[in-house]
Amino acid sequence: MEKDVFVVADNVLSPIGKTTIENFDQLKKNISGVKEQHDPAISPRPFFASLFNDRDINIEPGRTKFEQLLIDSIADALQNSGIDPIDKKTILIVSSTKGNISLLETEEHTPELERRIALSTSARLVAENFGFVNIPIIISNACISGVMGIITGMRLLRTGQYENAVVAGVDVISSFVLSGFESFQALSTQVCRPFDKSRDGLNLGEGAATIILSTDKQYAGNIKVLGGSVSNDANHISGPSRTGQELSFAIDQSLKEAVLSTDDISFISAHGTATPYNDEMEAKAINLSNLQSVPLNSLKGYYGHTLGAAGLIESVISIQSLKEELLLPTPGYNESGVTQSVNVVTDIKPIQAKNFIKTASGFGGCNAAVIFGK
Amino acid sequence: MLAENHIISSCVIERGTVFKDDVMLFENKEADLAEFLLSVYQHFQLNYPKFYKMDNLSKLGWLASEVLLKDIFRNDQYQPEEVGLVLANRNSSLDNDIKYFESAKEIASPSLFVYTLPNIVIGEICIRNNFKGEHGFYIQDTFDAGFIAGQVNYLLDNSILKACICGWVDVLGQDNKAALYLVEKNQTGKSKPFSIKNINSIFETI
Repeated sequence: MEKDVFVVADNVLSPIGKTTIENFDQLKKNISGVKEQHDPAISPRPFFASLFNDRDINIEPGRTKFEQLLIDSIADALQNSGIDPIDKKTILIVSSTKGNISLLETEEHTPELERRIALSTSARLVAENFGFVNIPIIISNACISGVMGIITGMRLLRTGQYENAVVAGVDVISSFVLSGFESFQALSTQVCRPFDKSRDGLNLGEGAATIILSTDKQYAGNIKVLGGSVSNDANHISGPSRTGQELSFAIDQSLKEAVLSTDDISFISAHGTATPYNDEMEAKAINLSNLQSVPLNSLKGYYGHTLGAAGLIESVISIQSLKEELLLPTPGYNESGVTQSVNVVTDIKPIQAKNFIKTASGFGGCNAAVIFGK
Repeated sequence: MLAENHIISSCVIERGTVFKDDVMLFENKEADLAEFLLSVYQHFQLNYPKFYKMDNLSKLGWLASEVLLKDIFRNDQYQPEEVGLVLANRNSSLDNDIKYFESAKEIASPSLFVYTLPNIVIGEICIRNNFKGEHGFYIQDTFDAGFIAGQVNYLLDNSILKACICGWVDVLGQDNKAALYLVEKNQTGKSKPFSIKNINSIFETI
C-alpha cells in the first residue's frame, strides 16, 4: 500500500495577492494581474504582462528579488503549518526556469557573477534562511518545472526517504525572458485568450507559490496528491506535439497511478497559454484521454504565464477551488478556437468537486500531469 | 527489498577525451570546446544535421548519448514511453544564456533563446531516439549520485520506465563534462550494479 501524500499548507504570492486566500478572493472578483506595462528596463515597447510593483517587495540586503519572493512565499506557507524545516525528514524543492538570470542585465560579467546566478546558490541561501538541513532539490525543466516539483515531492515522500516536502517555485520577468518570447512572436498584444478563436499568444507573469506535502497521518482528511506523470513529445524542441498523444499519455498515467477513471475528474486546470499551438495540442490530448466533457479552465488570463511557478500557482488555486467548491472561469475565452472541443468554463460557478487534474507543457517537448483529490 | 538495477553502458567526456565503459575511444586535447565537439561528431561518423544547430550543452549531451547507446541499445526493445532520462548539472544553460543575452542586444534570436533552458538537451536526445518517457533536469552544485540513483531506481522499480539514461552534462565557457549511464533492470555480460560506488567511480574516470 502506497503512502498517502497530504497537502498541509500552501501559498500564492502574486501581483494580485500575498496569500492563497487573498489571491482566491481577487479571482472571485474576476481581478487579473495582467495589464499593459510600460517598463523600459524590460522592453522599449509597451507589453501585456502580470508584474509585481517592486515597491511591494521588501528585498533584504544580500538577496535578489527572485530569492526574496521565494523566501516570502515559503515563509507564509510554513506559518502555522506545523512543519519544521529543521527536521531532517523535511526536504526543500525549488522549481524555476531562469532564477537570477536578470543579473546578467545589470551586473558585470565575472566568475563570481556566474556563481551568483547558479540556482544552487539561491537555493542554499533560501535553505539557510529557514534552517533546512537537507541540500535542496532544484528542478529546471522549462514550463513543467512547477508540476514536476510536486511530482518529485510526492515520490520522495512515498518512498519514505522524507516525511515532509516544501515545494516552491518562482520566476521573475526581465528583458532576458521577454525579448526571447518576443523573438518567438509568442506574446499577445492584449490580455491572452486561452482556447479562443482569436487567441494570438501568451502574456508573461511573475509569481511565486509553495505547496507543503506530508505523509504524516495527522493530516489525514486533507487534500491529497494522488498521482503524476511526465512525458516527452520527441518531436520538436520549441513546438508542441502535432497529435497531443504524449500529454495524453501523461494524463492517462496519472489517472492510473491515482486509481481513478475519467468520471472521477471534476475539472481540469489546463496549461492553456493561449498560443495557437499549445492550446490546440492540449485540446487534442484532452480528447485522446476522453476528458473533453470535463469542465476546464486556464488561469493564464489572471496571472500570465509564470513559467516555473505556473504549475504551482495553478495547483494551489485549484486546491482552493476544491476547498471552496467554486470553479473559476477562463478569462479571455469567448468562442472555441481549437479543432477538438473542450469544455471551457466561462463563468464562476459552484461545483461538487472531488478531484482535479493539472496539466503543463513546455519547451524541450516536455509534458506533465498531476492529480489532486479529497 | 527491490532487485538492483544495472549500468549497461557508460560514457564520460571531459578534458578533450571520450571514454566508453572505461575505455578511451577518442582524444583531441588541443581544440577549443566547439572544435572538440565537432571532432567527436566526425570521429564517430555521426550523420545528424540537427547537431549543427545545437548549443554546446546540447551538443555535448547528445554526443555522449550517441556514444553511450552505440552498438548496445536496440530501439525496438522498448516502447517509446518506456525509455526516459534523469540529468543534472551545475550551470543550467548559463553558457548559452550569456550568448543569447549578448546577441539580444542587437536582435533577439529565437534559435538561441530556445537553448536557454537546460532540459533542451533532454529534448534533443528524445527526438533523436524517439524516447517519450519520464524525464527531469535537476540543478546540483556538485554531482549527487545518491539523488540521481534514487530518482532512476524509483522510475525503474515502479515500472514507469524500463530503461533510463542518467547522469551529468555541464558546460560553461571551455569547462565541460558529461557522464552518462544507461541503466536497465536486467544485467548483461558487461553490466555493473547501479550502485553509488560504481556511479561515482565512473564519474571520476578521467
